[in-house]
Amino acid sequence: MNTIALTASRMGIGDAGIAAVLGYAVVFFGLVLLMCVVILMGKAMAGTRAKKAEAPAPAQAAPAAPAAPSAPPAPGSAGEVKLFDVPDKEAAMIMAIVADKMGRPLNELRFKSIKEVK
Amino acid sequence: MDILQTLSKLVNESGFAGFFANGGWKYLVMIAVACVLLYLGIGKKFEPLLLVGIAFGALLTNIPGAGLYHMAMWDAYVNESAYDPVNDVALYETTDAGIRKISIEEYLDSYTGDNKADVEAKLVEHLSFTDVAHHGGLLDILYIGVKAGVYPCLIFIGIGAMTDFGPLIARPSSLLLGAAAQLGVFFAMFGAMLLGFTGPEAGSIGIIGGADGPTAILTTSKLAPHLLGPIAIAAYSYMALIPMIQKPLMRALTTETERKVKMEQAREVSKVEKIIFPIIVAVFVILLIPSTAPLIGCLMFGNLLKETGVTERLSDTAQNALMNIVTLFLGISVGATTVATRFLTLQTIAIVVLGVIAFSFSTIGGLLVAKLMYKLSGGKINPLIGSAGVSAVPMAARVSQDVGREANPSNFLLMHAMGPNVAGVIGSAIAAGFLIAVFGG
Repeated sequence: MNTIALTASRMGIGDAGIAAVLGYAVVFFGLVLLMCVVILMGKAMAGTRAKKAEAPAPAQAAPAAPAAPSAPPAPGSAGEVKLFDVPDKEAAMIMAIVADKMGRPLNELRFKSIKEVK
Repeated sequence: MDILQTLSKLVNESGFAGFFANGGWKYLVMIAVACVLLYLGIGKKFEPLLLVGIAFGALLTNIPGAGLYHMAMWDAYVNESAYDPVNDVALYETTDAGIRKISIEEYLDSYTGDNKADVEAKLVEHLSFTDVAHHGGLLDILYIGVKAGVYPCLIFIGIGAMTDFGPLIARPSSLLLGAAAQLGVFFAMFGAMLLGFTGPEAGSIGIIGGADGPTAILTTSKLAPHLLGPIAIAAYSYMALIPMIQKPLMRALTTETERKVKMEQAREVSKVEKIIFPIIVAVFVILLIPSTAPLIGCLMFGNLLKETGVTERLSDTAQNALMNIVTLFLGISVGATTVATRFLTLQTIAIVVLGVIAFSFSTIGGLLVAKLMYKLSGGKINPLIGSAGVSAVPMAARVSQDVGREANPSNFLLMHAMGPNVAGVIGSAIAAGFLIAVFGG
């Protein structure tokens, strides 16, 4: 006979309910703890960044050359958009698509940053 | 040479004769089911990368006489009984008290065939994977990767390499939504137990609600391998149907005002944080629930490959070549388990119904906790991101984006929903770890 047997006994309503509630509680407990860990990690990283920012610049560091004057923004521009691993051409295309989808002129929108979601 | 006798022998040994044997019609039904699944995968594009493989595996395994997959051999392996490879018989029987193993002597004493010497010579007392490779067909050999839990874990390396945990790191409260959206797992498990399924079977059915195919396959292969076919098919079919399942629930459980909420952009996450995150999660979660080690370990390993920036070749292989190869093997070998005599049962119907209940309650769980977060945050959290807590990445997040834009065309919820979405992957892995720890013996 090839029919597989039920190797474990069936549970009553009480035991089934307890198993379900316990399982859900364990998942919550695990992820809440993980959330605390991730929050702590974020705070630690923020603290490290703040310390680095506060640290005095190296004494021997040569004075920074005056920055080259940047080109004046185009008329109607609200500033520069930050691009993260996105080529200029793709950024322009994305902004055009967003403006088109929203039905508003591009110069009325302000893009803060564009980042590729992998 | 007797031509008629030879032709008669050929006809009797052909697969066509199998359709006219006792219960042979079931194979025809399963071939039709496989064709429907192929249509859904190819024509309707329902998770085609896996569903086409599963459907074709189902087609092959239900061709009488093909001998690509031996269900009885795997039953013998699972129940640690002896196996007769000549007649494809597992030496055990089911009784009210459970499994009763039949000894080799008892089997041979009652054996009436004229090839007793051959049977005796080939009987295997304890099957190993080597015996499976020796006596099994092609799909038996590929199925070893499922049974050993290798394929789902390799797929998790690829998923990890494709996942950006940045939105989750930026907003750790997303993890609450990932946890809340496991409601369906335990609700369906409870329902399955009430319907008479055993604990391991109920746990395997419940994990469909995690909306994570590899996790469902790994859990089921460990807890209830005899249900692997229907559970895998239900899991992948419902994952493809997520927009249809989730959208009505999202609209029913949220108000227009809630759906219009625009969320603030989350903070930027540094590269160092992204590198540390998989290491911390792997260590922490595995310490908490050791049985999550295969899934969480592989998921975080894949993610580390992606984030380090020095293992680009490995990351690329994990995302593409490895994923594709394993998906091929996984699909066809899971499909092979849908043998007609095992698949065409009331249990399968119950699994299909419980599966949709699991998906629905997972969505509801995520939405309800997201609504709570909306209240507690003073309206800063859009409750629609809660439904993305089921781990179907990125489909569930896209559904949040779609419904959010229906209410407010300038709303972009995708990145906000990706946090709960990837949290759902971790959540379903923890749920699976719990089920394996509790019911895995």
